Amino acid sequence: MAARGEPHITVKALTMAFGEFVVMHDLDFTIRQGDIFFIMGGSGGGKSTLFRHMIGLNEPARGSVWYGATNFTAASPDERDVLRRTFGVLFQGSALWSAMTLAENVGLPLGEFTDLAPAEIREVADLKLALVGLRGFEDHFPSEISGGMQKRAGLARAIALDPDVLFLDEPSAGLDPISSKLLDDLILSLRDSLGATVVMVSHELPSIFGIGDDCIFLDTEVRTMTAHGNPRELRDHPPHPNVHRFLTRGADERPGGAAP
Amino acid sequence: MAGDAVIDTRPGPDGTLVIRLAGHWSLRAGLPSTRAIEDALARGPKPSAVAFDAKDLTAWDSAAVTIVERIGRLCAGVGVDVRSEDLPDGLKRILALADAVPEKEGARVSDAEPPWLVRLGMWGLAAADGARAAIAFVGEATLSFARLVRGQANFRRGDLALIIQECGAQALPIVTLINFLVGLIIAFVGAVQLQKFGAGIYVADLVAIVTVRELGCIMTGIIMAGRTGSGFAAQLGTMNVNQEIEAFSTMGVPPMDFLVLPRVLALSLMMPLLCCYADLIGILGGAVVGINMLGQSATQYWVETRGSIGLLDVGLGIGKSAVFGVLVALAGCLRGMTSGRDAAAVGEAATSAVVLGIVWIIVTDGIFALLTNLLGI
Repeated sequence: MAARGEPHITVKALTMAFGEFVVMHDLDFTIRQGDIFFIMGGSGGGKSTLFRHMIGLNEPARGSVWYGATNFTAASPDERDVLRRTFGVLFQGSALWSAMTLAENVGLPLGEFTDLAPAEIREVADLKLALVGLRGFEDHFPSEISGGMQKRAGLARAIALDPDVLFLDEPSAGLDPISSKLLDDLILSLRDSLGATVVMVSHELPSIFGIGDDCIFLDTEVRTMTAHGNPRELRDHPPHPNVHRFLTRGADERPGGAAP
Repeated sequence: MAGDAVIDTRPGPDGTLVIRLAGHWSLRAGLPSTRAIEDALARGPKPSAVAFDAKDLTAWDSAAVTIVERIGRLCAGVGVDVRSEDLPDGLKRILALADAVPEKEGARVSDAEPPWLVRLGMWGLAAADGARAAIAFVGEATLSFARLVRGQANFRRGDLALIIQECGAQALPIVTLINFLVGLIIAFVGAVQLQKFGAGIYVADLVAIVTVRELGCIMTGIIMAGRTGSGFAAQLGTMNVNQEIEAFSTMGVPPMDFLVLPRVLALSLMMPLLCCYADLIGILGGAVVGINMLGQSATQYWVETRGSIGLLDVGLGIGKSAVFGVLVALAGCLRGMTSGRDAAAVGEAATSAVVLGIVWIIVTDGIFALLTNLLGI
């Protein structure tokens, strides 16, 4: 794993399209090792599509995604699989396997990619579930727990193998503010202790300002990124009016509205 | 095997036990053994406390966290304090995080299997619940049908047309194949027996009666249970998972009228047509054997067939098929509407829709056989 602060993920001239319809064009940015990186933007603006391109679920129309010195876009399926084993992905809908208990969900990648004995897998799975605050729920099925708990269980599965890159698609959507804050703390601690790079799709402003090191803003009007940098600096010195509107929740536009 | 991870113990000051963690710890390389520490804690003189020495720890991940957690549990078991101040900061933070949320009281499920009497009782209660749900469902479907007759039931005509296409025209290939082969097989098996005493000509009668009265409608019913009943269950089950059915209810649109009625209607309209077609195809299958194997002429076979069955036989088969259509559709919709809310539950719903559909078909056919026998039809 590269040292903190070095380029980890590079997106070069990426254009995403579904057939003729261009979602976003000419995205160029670098994510540094150990950063918590946010992908921001309006609803339906291609945030999740970019997320899917970065983990290889969608193919770019043009451009490429690089992990260190490896061109992920041009890599063979086998090379991709090797690289993907260093990813931890939390999908928007948690995507827990409904026929398995939480411990089995978290233990499955451990069983596939390590030489741990079943008892050790269970021990590690229990630890991961304890980390996300689900101690005692190891033998529950996903359908038996709440949506917020499913999110956290999904995160436990994503961090099962101590990934180098953690991809989180709207992890705090649907969580109450306190749970959302706890999740932020957890992500921060995981990053600090394990040195993982975190890529997050989110429009939770408290999270973005609270733990974000770096971010890009995808503008749905011009169909490309209009801002890149530290979210707190972008808030104070917005390079584009749309960025300002997004980061202040359009406070200036409401009659009588005041910035929070 | 544990890569380069090193874990050993040495006595520290004041009767403490110092556990040294060193080297490169990686989950992918496996966990090192803690047997020596377990032995030291279990057998040797009880240490006053357990401390850590992590000066030589070069890299670590969840493997180290897991082991430290395990040591913590072991020490708690024998009542020995753990001093974790000498662990790396990141590791301490993770450990703190793992203990941040205490276990919720009563959350843990016991995996002990209940005694057989309890299981039998639970099975009985579940069966009673299932029967009650089925009866309620049939009742609601009847009310819904009554609303349809009074012209108060609402569903989209386009949906009905689509379902009719799916369970009518699109089922023709499989209905053709199965019924043709069944007709062929009956004729073949019958011919071998009947020819023994020179009654080969009656193969036509055998095929005609069996196909028209029983097999045409039963085989078509079973085919429809397999391809359409399961489809209904899977579709409605998935809608249930996505709360789409609740969305109908909250808008004041009865899901029964909107989802179940068109399906039951479509299948009960299409089944008689399919059955009629299946009868023809089955007789055709028999004719292939009669003409090619027994050397009968097509006219001869046709006359024999005409003589053996009447309109009553054909009507009986087609009437039964309409009933089977209703049963298959109801079984599919029942299982779909009452399915659980995950992928496995939708699969179970589809499976049990087919099983229930076939059971209902066979039982109903038995009742019909009894009635027709009593009535002399």
